[in-house]
Amino acid sequence: MSDLVKKIQEHYGEYITHTKEFRGEHTVVFKKESVKAIMQYCRDHLDLVMLLDICSVDHESIDPRFEVVYELSTLNNSHHIRIKVPVSEDEEVDTVSHLWATADWHEREIYDMMGIRFTDHPNLKRILMWEGYPYHPLRKEFPLAGKPTEMPDVAFTGVAPMEGGPFVTSSTATDTVSAEPRAKGES
Amino acid sequence: MVSPTSEQETNPEVSSGKTDQKDFVYDSKVEGNIIFTRVDSAINWMRKNSLWPMPMGLACCAIELMATASARFDISRFGAEVMRFSPRQADVMIVSGTVTYKMALAVKRVWDQMPEPKWCIAMGACASSGGMYRSYATLQGIDRLIPVDVYISGCPPRPEALIEGLLRLQREIDKEESTKGLKAEPKEEVVKGLAI
Repeated sequence: MSDLVKKIQEHYGEYITHTKEFRGEHTVVFKKESVKAIMQYCRDHLDLVMLLDICSVDHESIDPRFEVVYELSTLNNSHHIRIKVPVSEDEEVDTVSHLWATADWHEREIYDMMGIRFTDHPNLKRILMWEGYPYHPLRKEFPLAGKPTEMPDVAFTGVAPMEGGPFVTSSTATDTVSAEPRAKGES
Repeated sequence: MVSPTSEQETNPEVSSGKTDQKDFVYDSKVEGNIIFTRVDSAINWMRKNSLWPMPMGLACCAIELMATASARFDISRFGAEVMRFSPRQADVMIVSGTVTYKMALAVKRVWDQMPEPKWCIAMGACASSGGMYRSYATLQGIDRLIPVDVYISGCPPRPEALIEGLLRLQREIDKEESTKGLKAEPKEEVVKGLAI
């Protein structure tokens, strides 16, 4: 176990759900209530001053449904740590945009694409799609072909033809064979 | 139809097979600096050799479009080097790149601002059909919004392909009946093709 994970565990052990190491990459899974405090601690005391990315995962049928993933790194010796926060569909996550300015747009993208809201975000509106677009297109239940929408004088969307495709994986597959990308009847 | 023998005597250039369209008739021995032609042909000749493009560069195809304008490929050999970033001064819109739904109505608006007569070249797979972007975010071909005269395949097309597309467009312009009204409405077959 890396020193970073050890230190986090000493201070915030009660919030940690579990930790994982895979090929030298350390992942810590937290309860979402602790995000603000832990991220502040990582930045100020563990020298993890760079937020590389925030992304999110949609597990569809698993509860809690979503997971927000933070990638943190140090600047001087390239230590890296991944922090995951499970969040269910009706919950919000605290913003970290007051700690890292870059988190502002990352969180907006997550809100736009996945529909996870961030508490106290200074400007939580869509960043890629236009204001008024009714869906969050990277959610698992959203068809790759899109859905028809219409906003006069702003934008419209249609449904893309999907002959023979798209080839998608299943999030509920139990083994690698059934998880192979396959064409659904309609998507 | 003029008999071959009589035409050979008066007009050797036309009958020698250099041009079978007979857009103009010229006899240097008797006519001096006068050329007889149809108004349509004269207008088309002027239009097709001075196409001012509106470079609607949206993605990587725009890089090839820029290369086409540069010295190595030199689109000015065909009279289309005057890229106009104001739609008011442009004749042909070259839609080069992926048209997202977010951008689609902006492209349409620029097209509407171009004065008649105007033409459209869909450059590359994305502009023609959405290309590899079969997705919620991409318009599946610019012809769903504006009438397209020439489609160019490729991802992205080579500059030579764009020049070939331009020459095809010039040939199409040559066939137009310029004096018979303007091309205000999209052609019926184009509109029919939009039905999903």
